[in-house]
Amino acid sequence: MLLQLAWRNIWRNPRRTILILAAVTIAVWSMVFSSALMRGIADQMVRNGIATLTGHIQIHQQGFRDDPSAAMHMKNPTELKQTLQDHLPPGALFSARVRTNAVASNARHSGGVTLVGIDPDREKKLSFVSSSIISGNYLDAEDPYGIIIGTSLMNSLKTRVGNKLVVMAQDTRQKMSSRAFRITGEYRAELEATEKEFVFITLPAAQNLLKMDEALSEICIVLPDREKVRETAAALARILPKDHEILAWQEMLPLVTATLRLYESIIYLWYLVAFTAMAFGLVNTFLMAVLERIREFGLLRALGMKSRWIIQGVMTESFFLLVIGIALGNALGAISVIGLSHTGIDLSVFAGGTQYWGLPKIIYPVLLASDAILVNGIVLVLGLLVSGYPALKASHFTPVEAMAHT
Amino acid sequence: MCIVECENVRKIYRKGTQEVVALDGVSLKIKKGEFLALAGPSGSGKTTLFNVLGGLDRVDEGCVILDGDELNQLTDSRLAELRLRKIGIIFQSFNLIPVLSALENVEFVMLLQGIPPAERNRKAKELLGDVGLGGLYARRPAELSGGQQQRVAVARALAGNPAIVLADEPTANLDSQTGARLLALMKEMNQTRKVTFIFSTHDRMVMEYASRLVHIKDGRIRDE
Ligand SMILES: Nc1ncnc2c1ncn2[C@@H]1O[C@H](COP(=O)(O)OP(=O)(O)OP(=O)(O)O)[C@@H](O)[C@H]1O
Ligand SMILES: [Mg+2]
Repeated sequence: MLLQLAWRNIWRNPRRTILILAAVTIAVWSMVFSSALMRGIADQMVRNGIATLTGHIQIHQQGFRDDPSAAMHMKNPTELKQTLQDHLPPGALFSARVRTNAVASNARHSGGVTLVGIDPDREKKLSFVSSSIISGNYLDAEDPYGIIIGTSLMNSLKTRVGNKLVVMAQDTRQKMSSRAFRITGEYRAELEATEKEFVFITLPAAQNLLKMDEALSEICIVLPDREKVRETAAALARILPKDHEILAWQEMLPLVTATLRLYESIIYLWYLVAFTAMAFGLVNTFLMAVLERIREFGLLRALGMKSRWIIQGVMTESFFLLVIGIALGNALGAISVIGLSHTGIDLSVFAGGTQYWGLPKIIYPVLLASDAILVNGIVLVLGLLVSGYPALKASHFTPVEAMAHT
Repeated sequence: MCIVECENVRKIYRKGTQEVVALDGVSLKIKKGEFLALAGPSGSGKTTLFNVLGGLDRVDEGCVILDGDELNQLTDSRLAELRLRKIGIIFQSFNLIPVLSALENVEFVMLLQGIPPAERNRKAKELLGDVGLGGLYARRPAELSGGQQQRVAVARALAGNPAIVLADEPTANLDSQTGARLLALMKEMNQTRKVTFIFSTHDRMVMEYASRLVHIKDGRIRDE
């Protein structure tokens, strides 16, 4: 009956109740939605970063990161691959690469690039290249002269698919080595910088050009579960020879990692703002509701209700409102997240600006249970806490004062 | 045997430098089963005395003993407990909780006392029947007439099995006929249930019902 009493009290002034509910609902919705948006952006950024060649884990010769040259290679690839085969969790993919700085040129133009030799079949499964071809074809493993370049580079070299492109790079003996390739495909990447930087040829072609024999510069690993990356990297570090460097994506993409942290703090700041606005509305309207009912609280006290019970009663009312508001806010949040999860929010209109911030072109909001629980917890617990003030107020009227009140 | 004993009670209201002596040495003994009327002009201290007897307010001097407890010695929480268990209160108006039905209003006190649902439902229905509101269980206070509301208040005051029922001008907002009927009801309850009643009034006709009449003026008991 006390619950019934609280429930009916809520609906004594439906307009006011709806106002409070709207405030709680909007606050919860905005928190849920903004965190889903943030997760979406973060997820997309990480995914893009990972798909653009980074992968989850990379293995190099120690020193390769400071000097990414052909000389910094891993000499026993067969053994290495076997170790990975034996120790990576089921479902993990890896691909071997050769990677070095090079110059790409045709008759009139030239530009600095990163030359990447890939195993076309293996690479297909773990990075963006094969799925980003917009004209021509993906690399053919049997074609030692095929090369794939990005749209941006294509434009700056004023060339097109089918044309010749000369690639020049320093080989393992520190000598310049060059070879002519034919552009077989053009790819588009999320970031213009990527398109400008990377050109792809087959792994044997690169090993041949750089006189590396079977040696590799890089192994890229993608795990079935992103959460297991650090654990797996640590395990590999224990098994592999000490002259190998094992890097997790968080270390390879420091900018992304830092941006994610920034976004996270922005979200918490937003929680604070949204909650504060809601809390003010809540306390104010509740205070009004309590002051209107002074005589009634006096009556309850006169009947022998202890102040503790009065506090409980008012808190119960606030609890009902918060729970309903939270439920509505979550429902609204879920609907908007689900509604946008297929189409996404297209930011390509602002592509120039978003690239500057490292934002993806299309954001797909991702609602994590942990975020939703956090938001609900914050609103419920702190909401109850702030409604303690009007509740205390209600319990402080002495019956005589209250009954004299008109 | 005395249910209530007041000894030399003084209650002084202070407003700034002004002092109003609302009760000026009131001594009164009320026996179990009495049906006592407190009569006096406006401002004589009737409400103040009820508040003091009902544990709603504290005295400045003297002592009030209710069913063996000295009220001034009790903490606020114990006082609330005492109001809940030993006192039934009827005010002049605004007696009922607006969002609860007549039946629920009567049940409410028993709920606070921790009486199980089935029993309090049965007892509340019986009480509403006794005050002549058998068919109106589900009505909200706003859907009842003033007289009916006061009858619900009587039922509610009796619901907790109190040692004493205090009714401060229960008829003030009723026409004289309805008022007389309410008093007749209270008297009947007093006799059938052996509950002590104290009520205040300045209506002569209402005073007729009293088995004992106490006059109060300027905060002093004048005569009986
Ligand atoms: N809260 C208060 N503050 C100051 N003075 C008060 C207060 N309550 C009552 N008084 C004064 O105390 C005296 C007694 O008041 P009380 O309300 O007990 O009279 P009453 O007999 O109930 O009058 P009525 O018949 O009008 O209800 C009056 O002079 C009144 O003005
Ligand atoms: Mg009075």
